[in-house]
Amino acid sequence: MTSTPQRFPLPRLIGLAVWLVLLTLLSVWMGAQVPRWLPVSASSAAPLVDGLFGFETAVATFVFVGVVSVMVWVVLFNRAEKYDMSDAEPIEGNTTLEIVWTVIPLVLVMAIAAYTIQVNREIGLIGPMDHAHGPAKANSAPAAPLPGGEVQVIARQWSWEFRYPVAGVLSTELHLPLDRRLGLQLESEDVIHGFYVPAFRLKQQVIPGRSITLFLTATRPGRYRLRDSEYSGTWFAANQADVVVESEEAYQDWLRRASRLPLQPGLSDAAREYAQQLSGERRSGYATIEPAPPPLVNVPGSNTLPHDA
Amino acid sequence: MTSTAGVESRILRAPHPVPGAPDNWKRFFSFNTDAKVIGIQYIATALFFLLVGGLLAMIMRGELITPEADLVDRTVYNGLYTMHGTIMLFLFIFPVLNGLNNLLIPCMIGAPDMAFPKLNAAAFWLVPVFGVILMASFLVPGGPASSGWWSYPPVSLQNPLGHLINGEALWILAVALSGISSIMGAVNFVTTILRMRAPGMTLTRMPIFCWTAFSAQTIQLIGLPALTGGAVMLLFDLVVGTSFYRPEGGGDPVLYQHFFWFYSHPAVYVIILPVFGVFSELFPVYARKPLFGYPFVAGASLVIVGLSLIVWVHHMFPSGVPQWMRDAFMVTTMLIAVPTGIKVFAWLATLWGGKLRLNTAMLFALGGLFNFVFAGVTGIMLATVPVDIHVNNTYFVVGHFHYVIYGAATMGVYAAIYHWFPKFTGHMYYEGLGKLHFLLTFIGTSLNFFPMHPLGLMGMPRRVSSYDPEFAFWNVIASLGAFLLGVSIIPFLLNLVSSWVRGAKAPANPWNAIGLEWLLPSPPPAENFEEHVPTVISGPYGYGTGRPLVEHQDEIERALLQA
Ligand code: HEM
Ligand SMILES: [Cu+2]
Ligand SMILES: [Cu+2]
Repeated sequence: MTSTPQRFPLPRLIGLAVWLVLLTLLSVWMGAQVPRWLPVSASSAAPLVDGLFGFETAVATFVFVGVVSVMVWVVLFNRAEKYDMSDAEPIEGNTTLEIVWTVIPLVLVMAIAAYTIQVNREIGLIGPMDHAHGPAKANSAPAAPLPGGEVQVIARQWSWEFRYPVAGVLSTELHLPLDRRLGLQLESEDVIHGFYVPAFRLKQQVIPGRSITLFLTATRPGRYRLRDSEYSGTWFAANQADVVVESEEAYQDWLRRASRLPLQPGLSDAAREYAQQLSGERRSGYATIEPAPPPLVNVPGSNTLPHDA
Repeated sequence: MTSTAGVESRILRAPHPVPGAPDNWKRFFSFNTDAKVIGIQYIATALFFLLVGGLLAMIMRGELITPEADLVDRTVYNGLYTMHGTIMLFLFIFPVLNGLNNLLIPCMIGAPDMAFPKLNAAAFWLVPVFGVILMASFLVPGGPASSGWWSYPPVSLQNPLGHLINGEALWILAVALSGISSIMGAVNFVTTILRMRAPGMTLTRMPIFCWTAFSAQTIQLIGLPALTGGAVMLLFDLVVGTSFYRPEGGGDPVLYQHFFWFYSHPAVYVIILPVFGVFSELFPVYARKPLFGYPFVAGASLVIVGLSLIVWVHHMFPSGVPQWMRDAFMVTTMLIAVPTGIKVFAWLATLWGGKLRLNTAMLFALGGLFNFVFAGVTGIMLATVPVDIHVNNTYFVVGHFHYVIYGAATMGVYAAIYHWFPKFTGHMYYEGLGKLHFLLTFIGTSLNFFPMHPLGLMGMPRRVSSYDPEFAFWNVIASLGAFLLGVSIIPFLLNLVSSWVRGAKAPANPWNAIGLEWLLPSPPPAENFEEHVPTVISGPYGYGTGRPLVEHQDEIERALLQA
């Protein structure tokens, strides 16, 4: 720990250098593994998030394995002999070292923060319309064009409803066009919910009394899960819907066909389970808030088909 | 109290922890004002609630071993996870740390007792009171609170049966009483540390545990009023029908989130700071070296206190806060890595080139440090907004904070219990059982909490009673780890009970450690040094320096040996 040359003879210095190189290689390799742990990336934000996470994983590996190798080293080589009751050499501190391990982490975390702020700018997560318009009138008919976006997302206990006011479509499955930036206007009728599509790496609380617009660009066709990410009561875990990303033509086609379909009850796993409980098919527990009836929609869609993420 | 004899009179009374009263177990069930009795009361109560909270966790992990909601009804799962979190925080970890504070602070600084012994006892006795209130909420119609330990409105205000006395109301009452108890404790600890140190023990000669306890208790004094205020408004909304947080009445549910996290983020430092203190005490003893960079380690605690008060919005990145706020709070959060890093590096430098003795206490301290560093690097990931947006409210966060709270804090508490067990019970613990406890805990922690990280990355939300089948694999491993953790408690309790009843008699200083508490007999007499408080003449941790800690150290040690 001191700079006296005898304590770090050449073989030790070489050993240290080799170890640092190995550690760096390991860290870079770990950073490259990140895509295997994450769901497929299906929005323009996702690669930015994944890139940042990969970088952080590499740094984290370096720090963690670095610290742990010191711990392993001392446990292996600095153990007291069985009957050795003596003390070790009393080194009480070293101001240079303190400065080094204050400044290096400081620079490191500030660099990560700067990189992150950059990524934040690029993602532009919350659109400029956030908070700009008044409380949602979620109960009103979806007639007027939306100030904030082209799809109105209504969260409730416990179902998701998607309204396309221009096309005049109601659905419990979210359809989005490929490669076009669009705004989702998030509103809740009861408690706070969370709009979370892991494949998009996007999450936003849906807050009753507010209308929050989330802009996103879907970049990969497929079927993905939308999950409620803010605890919302009894059927919170079952409050899931599917998101279908398809080409612009397929999307327009879907809107056209959907608008001609008659209204029917949409999907609500909560309402289904609750009905089973009332009929005695399913055990019930403590008292619960009743699920809202399934919304009436043109397209219920599905939430049981295989999803990509 | 006679002042005729010096050291010897204290030694003579050594085997009788409470002079005048018989050394029996009844004092642990009474309104006793001796900090050492209160300390053990706190720890025993906390361990009881660790069992309760752990049992709830076993049922939860039983539910989560399969994707469907099949073991218990969803309402029951929601009650279980809420009560698990609440019990573990307010009835296990805070009380167990206050137990350590009670045992260690007076002995370490040479005070006869806490500054306000009656207040101290009252603070403790509130714990079983609100414990009973919280447990009673399982029995009221509608069941216990079930909106998580955050209790965010509006979901926490939904009261399906409409009764005035409901689980949520009892929950708020219990949390409020816990806050009052903590404030009473904090006033006591801060005053004791500031006013009752031994002659010669300047602040810069004070053991690090006292520095961290002081820092943690300062946070309690600053933060708890915000939580209490927030909770009172929640209670009003719930039972009187006000609209502080109800959007339909013009209230703002996000306001609650600010109140809640303004306290509850610093609260995690109330938990981890004393554990840092434990690490700083134990590594020098078992590495036989001075703590590396004492003034920096001490100062870092205060920097952490300051920073911990300005980072709370990192829990609200997806709550609809503006972008500038996200960026600002990310930067402050990142800064906490710096003082924390100073501590970690100081511990490593302390271990480096030492003569390590790997007994149970040291193993738990090393294991705790290992887990803490892992939690630290995932914490940095959570601080960066875009990554947090993805993993916020997923199992990644659950994994992160259990690495802190179980892997580091609970293991650090175990380390402390083993290390100071001989001092306060007068008996040695069994190393074999202790090491078994360590092994099971370490493996169980890794199996239980590591899999939560990949689950969160894949997008599994926290607080779910069922999940999609693609998450099954890691959940099975996590559940098996949880059951192993359940088993790990058995050798621990067995060790505590059997060592206390029939363990070998402990000498005054079994670990050859430096510190005022080790200059007292084991167990220490009721008033510790009484009026013969030694004069401190050097800083702590003088391992290998040959520097005596106090005046007349040789005489005191000789007298202790002869006793
Ligand atoms: C016995 C081993 C433990 C197991 C198996 C365990 C398991 C769990 C599980 C499965 C959850 C639920 C996560 C969710 O549904 O979101 C949870 C939540 C939680 N646990 Fe633990 N845990 C353990 C020990 C602890 C300890 C020792 C503490 C604190 C000292 C603790 C504090 C918490 C907290 C605060 C929550 C959050 C509750 C909430 O979301 O409101 N746990 N734990
Ligand atoms: Cu925090
Ligand atoms: Cu954290």
